[in-house]
Amino acid sequence: MARKPRDNEHTCPHGVSRRGFLGSLGAGAVAAATLGRPGETAPPEVADAVEPSKVTLLVNGRRHRLLVEPRWTLLHVLRERLGLTGSKPGCERGECGACTVLIDGVPRYACLTLALEAEGHEVTTIEGLMRGEELGPTQQAFAAEDAFQCGYCTPGQIMAAEGLLRAKPAPTVAEIRLGMSGNLCRCGAYPHIVKAVRRAAEARKGGGR
Amino acid sequence: MLPSFAYVRPTTLKAAVAALAAPGTRAHAGGTDLLGCLRDRVFPADTLVSLAGLPELVGVTPTAEGGLRLGAMTTVATVAGHPDIAARYRALAEAAAAVASPQLRNQGTLGGNLCQRPRCWYFRGDFHCARKGGGKCFAVDGENRYHCVFGGETCFIVHPSDTAPALVALDALVRLAGAGGSRVVPLEKFFVPPSADFTRETVLEPGEVLTEVVVPAPPAGARSTYRKVRARGAWDFALAGAAVSLGIEGGRVKHARVVLSGAAPIPWRVPAAEQALIGHRLDGATIARAADAAVAGAEPLADNAYKVPLLRCAVEEALTALNS
Repeated sequence: MARKPRDNEHTCPHGVSRRGFLGSLGAGAVAAATLGRPGETAPPEVADAVEPSKVTLLVNGRRHRLLVEPRWTLLHVLRERLGLTGSKPGCERGECGACTVLIDGVPRYACLTLALEAEGHEVTTIEGLMRGEELGPTQQAFAAEDAFQCGYCTPGQIMAAEGLLRAKPAPTVAEIRLGMSGNLCRCGAYPHIVKAVRRAAEARKGGGR
Repeated sequence: MLPSFAYVRPTTLKAAVAALAAPGTRAHAGGTDLLGCLRDRVFPADTLVSLAGLPELVGVTPTAEGGLRLGAMTTVATVAGHPDIAARYRALAEAAAAVASPQLRNQGTLGGNLCQRPRCWYFRGDFHCARKGGGKCFAVDGENRYHCVFGGETCFIVHPSDTAPALVALDALVRLAGAGGSRVVPLEKFFVPPSADFTRETVLEPGEVLTEVVVPAPPAGARSTYRKVRARGAWDFALAGAAVSLGIEGGRVKHARVVLSGAAPIPWRVPAAEQALIGHRLDGATIARAADAAVAGAEPLADNAYKVPLLRCAVEEALTALNS
C-alpha cells in the first residue's frame, strides 16, 4: 500500500516559480530584430546572431514576453530566464530525457528545441502539472511508487508519462515501456517507474487530467 | 551552449529557398540532428533557416494516382501512427515507429530523417575525415564495428535512417524545391554513394529543400515490412535491418524490393535478392535463396563481420513475416 505523502510533497508553488518573473524582461527595452510575418514581397527578417530577439512563450498557461538569443534552447530559457528549474539538463543532446517537457501536449526534448521554435506553441513543464498546492496525479503516482532514487531524471520521466497517458489513457506494460524509452534512469528504477505509470493511469481515470 | 547563429523563419517556400541559397545557411526542420551537429561542431552554421513557418510542408494527403503525399515537415510520429500508412505501406509505418525515442519521433520530421548526417563516430568526433574534407577514412583501420559492409569506398559510413530503406522499398519519390522551381527524384537516386561523391550524402544542392515524399499506389497483392536489429530493445540505430516490399499474384511473387539498412552508406537495394524472389512462390527455399543473395558480396571490415548474418536473418525474417 502507498506510504503517506511527505510534508514537502505539498509545498511546491503552483505554475511559475518565485523566480519566474526575473527572466521576463520588460518588452521594448532593447531594439531587436523580430520574427516578422512578411508577405510575399517582404523578405523575412533575420534574428541576429548576437542581438536578442523578442519572443512570446506560452508556458504553463502564462504568457511570457522575453528576449532570447537564437541559439538559446527552450531548456535554457525555462531554467535560466523563467526560473522553471524542474526541467533538468542531462546530456543536452537528446539522449537522456531529463529535459522532457510537453509541447502542445506531446513529450519533446527541451534541450533540442530552440526557444524561438517554441513560439506559438503551448509548453508544459513539471511545474505545470501542479494542481494548486497539490501534486498532480502523475506526480503523486511517482511518489507513491517510489519510482526514483536520486530523482534527477524524475521530472523528465513524469513528463514523458504525462504525455504518454494523455495520448493513451490505458497503456499496456509493453506500451508503457516503449512510451518511456526516451528517458534514462541511471539509478535503474525502471520497474518502479512502470508501476508508477500504471498507477497514474488508474488515478487519472478518476478525474485526472 | 550552442555556437552563435542567426535565425530566420520564412513564411513562403520561395523565401526559404532564397534564404538557403546564401552560404553558411542550414535548414532547420525538427532540429534533432542539426542542433546536435552544431553543438558538437561537426559543421558550422551562420544562419538557420527554420521551415516551421511553412505549414504546406506538413501532412499526409492522397495523390490523384492512388498514392500518398507526405510533407517533409510531417513528424516521424505522425508517419508511424497514420492509419493509411499502416494499412497500405506497412514497412514505412514500422520503420517510422522504430526511429529513435518517442520524444524524437514527436519532434523529428520525415524530411529530416532522410537528410540526417552520418552517425560515424569519426565523422561526429574530432577527426578530419574524408567526408569532412580530410584525406582518409579513419574507420578502415580503426574502430569499425558499426560501419558498412557494402558500398564502402573512401568512406565507410552506414546510412542512419530507418524510413529511407522502407521508402526506397516502396519506390518513393522526393520533390526538391529550388530557386528555379522543383524537381522530382526517385528516392533511390536521392542518396549519393561514396563511389560517386564521398563529400555528400544526397543530391540536394545549396538552396534546395526537400519538400515532400510521394509513395506511389502499391502494386497488386502488395505487402511490405521492415525489420530492425538493435543492440537493445529501443532507442538505437540499426545494426542491421531489411525493408521488403512484395507484390504477390496467383501465389507467385511478381514485384519485389529488398533494401538493407545498417549495411551501406546509402539504403542498400539488392537486385539479386529481388531476382531470387520474382516468379517464385514465397516458400522456405525461395526465402533462403533470397536471404543468401542479399548478403552475397558483403565486404566486412575487421570488427563488423557479425553484421552479415544479422542482415541475412533480417531479410529472412521479413520475408517469412510476409509469407503468412
